[in-house]
Amino acid sequence: MIATDKDRAGRGVTAYGVGRSFGSKTVLDHLDLHVPAGQFVAIVGRSGCGKSTLLRLVVGLDKPSAGRIVLDDAADIGTTTRIMFQEPRLLPWARVLANVAVGLDPRGDADQRRALAQQALHEVGLGDRAGDWPAVLSGGQKQRVALARALVSRPRLLAFDEPLGALDALTRIEMQRLIETVWRDQGFTAILVTHDVAEAVALADRVLVIEDGRIALDLDVDAPRPRRHGDPHLAALEGRILDHLLGDDDAAAPSSRAA
Amino acid sequence: MSRIAGLVPRNGAGWILPLALVVVWEAASRLGGLPATVLPAPSDVLAAAWRLLRSGELTANIGVSGLRAISGFVVGGGIGLALGLANGLSSLSEKLTDTTLQMVRNVPHLALIPLVILWFGIEEQAKLFLVALGVFFPMYINTLLGIRSVDPQLVEMGRAYGMGRWALFRHVILPAALPSVFVGLRYGLGIMWLTLIVAETISASSGIGYMAMQAREFLQVDVVVLSIVIYALLGKLADSVARQLERLSLQWHPAFQTA
Repeated sequence: MIATDKDRAGRGVTAYGVGRSFGSKTVLDHLDLHVPAGQFVAIVGRSGCGKSTLLRLVVGLDKPSAGRIVLDDAADIGTTTRIMFQEPRLLPWARVLANVAVGLDPRGDADQRRALAQQALHEVGLGDRAGDWPAVLSGGQKQRVALARALVSRPRLLAFDEPLGALDALTRIEMQRLIETVWRDQGFTAILVTHDVAEAVALADRVLVIEDGRIALDLDVDAPRPRRHGDPHLAALEGRILDHLLGDDDAAAPSSRAA
Repeated sequence: MSRIAGLVPRNGAGWILPLALVVVWEAASRLGGLPATVLPAPSDVLAAAWRLLRSGELTANIGVSGLRAISGFVVGGGIGLALGLANGLSSLSEKLTDTTLQMVRNVPHLALIPLVILWFGIEEQAKLFLVALGVFFPMYINTLLGIRSVDPQLVEMGRAYGMGRWALFRHVILPAALPSVFVGLRYGLGIMWLTLIVAETISASSGIGYMAMQAREFLQVDVVVLSIVIYALLGKLADSVARQLERLSLQWHPAFQTA
């Protein structure tokens, strides 16, 4: 199977007036969003702001209560989108290679599946760990295997649900670089949900801040790649986003301090 | 100490204590401290075993008891496994049957012996029924527990990666439930022998329990002791087989990984 440029291109996604409520609690409220093909978008916001809910709607793990989400020229989102979770979620009873092959169509030829899985493992730098059990891997290595599992089917849209949140600082920077590299190589559309504003500006073309179920801030990050940690332009952007996120707190602080 | 440990073969340490007991027992009998009418010497028990082996009585009785144990276990364990799986996977099936099963579980199955004798006499069905009933519950409860405790995050991952119902069962739910199923299996094996001993002692015309009761009538204490030893050895054998199976199918489990 030879991938043409069109096959490898990312797939854009558009949300039209999307709402999602759980019981009486409204998490997303008439949210409109267009992510063009191949863009790297980061979504930040406070805990419970609905950013993970939006991501789950995009990959079809959940259904919107109002509005709709449309992928560019795709009827079936199952084969073109993949999600990477905060936890690796590897099957402990399957060896590393078999865990990566979970990302492939089970009806495919066994030899070809093995070859594709091995190649994906190689891409994440774990080509020599194919025969290991997940239990013997470190946290960062497990998350690499999960990345290989997400990549192996060559998705056109890859959703990241805080996949680096549980990693130590150095491993996290390594993973950020890895994700950026594969994104540049493969050109999929990437949507990253994160708590870490520095991570968002380091990786993304565009940062969205979600507040009260809506997009409160939509910023382009136009710094050239590869980006350096500690770049003053990125730091200024990070400061702006943080100010926005903390803005409500600053207003409320004096009264609470008086009390 | 390590020198002694080095002399015994691997996994042989568990046999040191039983062997020492046998030596002390033999010595006590030879020195006249232990009358043969209370407890015959191990050598006398061995002689009885040889005698019964040559007459063919021993093999025939072991064969009969073994067949009862295995068939009862297969029937009861099979139904327990099937119902455990059904009730773990389908809430409709659980609603229909679980209450009834929990009520029946609280009746000790050995309390049914008078009823079983009325129903089946002392024929083979009586033993099969009792063993099957005894083995059923540990298999049922542990299988159900195993399926209940499957990590929902793995199930969600499976769904997100396009697994159908069968693939989800085969690759996620069943392997996750397997350790618990093995607990039920080993528990069931213990109950299998217990039930069989009681059933054969009370009502039988063949088998090891019957052999022991006959010997009691003729005051052949050596044969009575031999029967008890055979039960112990068969129980140990069944447990070893189960552990071997467990080891083979739970290689991935950290508890079974040998460095």
